[in-house]
Amino acid sequence: MNEQGMSVIVRTVTRLVYGLVIVFGFYVIMHGHLTPGGGFQGGAIVASAFALLLVSFGAAGLKGRLNKHLLQSLEEVGALAFLGLAFAGIGTAFFYNLLANSGSFLFGASVPIGPSAGVLNAGGTVPLMNWAVGLKVLTGIASIVIVMLIGARKEETE
Amino acid sequence: MRKVALLVAFLFVSAFLLLAATSMRPFGVPNDAAMDDYFIANAQAEVAANNVVTAVVFDYRGFDTLGEATVLFAAVVGVLTLFRKLKDDEQWGEAR
Amino acid sequence: MNVGNFPFVIAALLVAFGLYALLFKRNLIKMVIGVSLVETGVNLFLVMLGYRSGGVAPIYTYAPEAKEMVLPTPQALTLTSIVIGLATTALLLSFAVFVHRHYGTLDVRKIKELRG
Repeated sequence: MNEQGMSVIVRTVTRLVYGLVIVFGFYVIMHGHLTPGGGFQGGAIVASAFALLLVSFGAAGLKGRLNKHLLQSLEEVGALAFLGLAFAGIGTAFFYNLLANSGSFLFGASVPIGPSAGVLNAGGTVPLMNWAVGLKVLTGIASIVIVMLIGARKEETE
Repeated sequence: MRKVALLVAFLFVSAFLLLAATSMRPFGVPNDAAMDDYFIANAQAEVAANNVVTAVVFDYRGFDTLGEATVLFAAVVGVLTLFRKLKDDEQWGEAR
Repeated sequence: MNVGNFPFVIAALLVAFGLYALLFKRNLIKMVIGVSLVETGVNLFLVMLGYRSGGVAPIYTYAPEAKEMVLPTPQALTLTSIVIGLATTALLLSFAVFVHRHYGTLDVRKIKELRG
């Protein structure tokens, strides 16, 4: 069952739906400083879209289209970016928010006090950290799922 | 005999848990909220973010998030090491 | 409506169910499910500690006027705890795959003998 994937109905619905789930996951990551969500939640949503693809098409369907080394390199990039952003304000303190309320074009605007509609350009280093952690969680969970599926299946048939 | 002793121990622990749950403080009245009131009042002025929970996770308590990212990285490295392809003459449990 | 201490009792019941699955079942996968139930009960208890009666979510985007907010710190700590639970469960299941590959069975009482 695992080599051919599942039936025709499941495969057709998966082809229609998985793009929408990935876009929704990136929306949750990007608006983490305005609405409920953030890096960890959005990364888990995109990883579940990937797991849906793996269950519907089986391990044989993704053999030629996936580069495992790319996934592992992206995870290292996410971890190093998070650490670099933590060290960026080392002149004052360890996790100092360098870009908040500073007026620069990269997330430097100020926010009116009280209930408002939200300003996307504000937040300082918080949206950048959202992207770094989201990338890390996404590629980490995708690597775990792929390696456990292929490693457990291959040893059984020996 | 062993199953009876296990059953008695389990009933004792669950009775202790239920007794502790019913004698807690009333639900909905926090004890000390001074630090969280400071976070709610000053998050928009200092961090410039509308979401107070994200400001607490990534700015006021960023060190805990660094520890959590390390735990996730260590778990991924552990799973990828367990399922690696062995070399030609290597067996599990041998040191090289 | 006065709920009393009923939410705390629900969290304690979840922990008790997880302990029952961990102590009285013989299959390794069922024990891993028991560990996951205990972690779920503890996370639920941690979120319930920060509730204020009549409060709203601590987010300023489109917030209703003149209402007080619940405490945000227990929600931040529960996020960390959920991710750590995921890491633990992934490693436990990898070890279960290896035990099945070496012994041929997942019954806990038969894994005590050293073989091969």
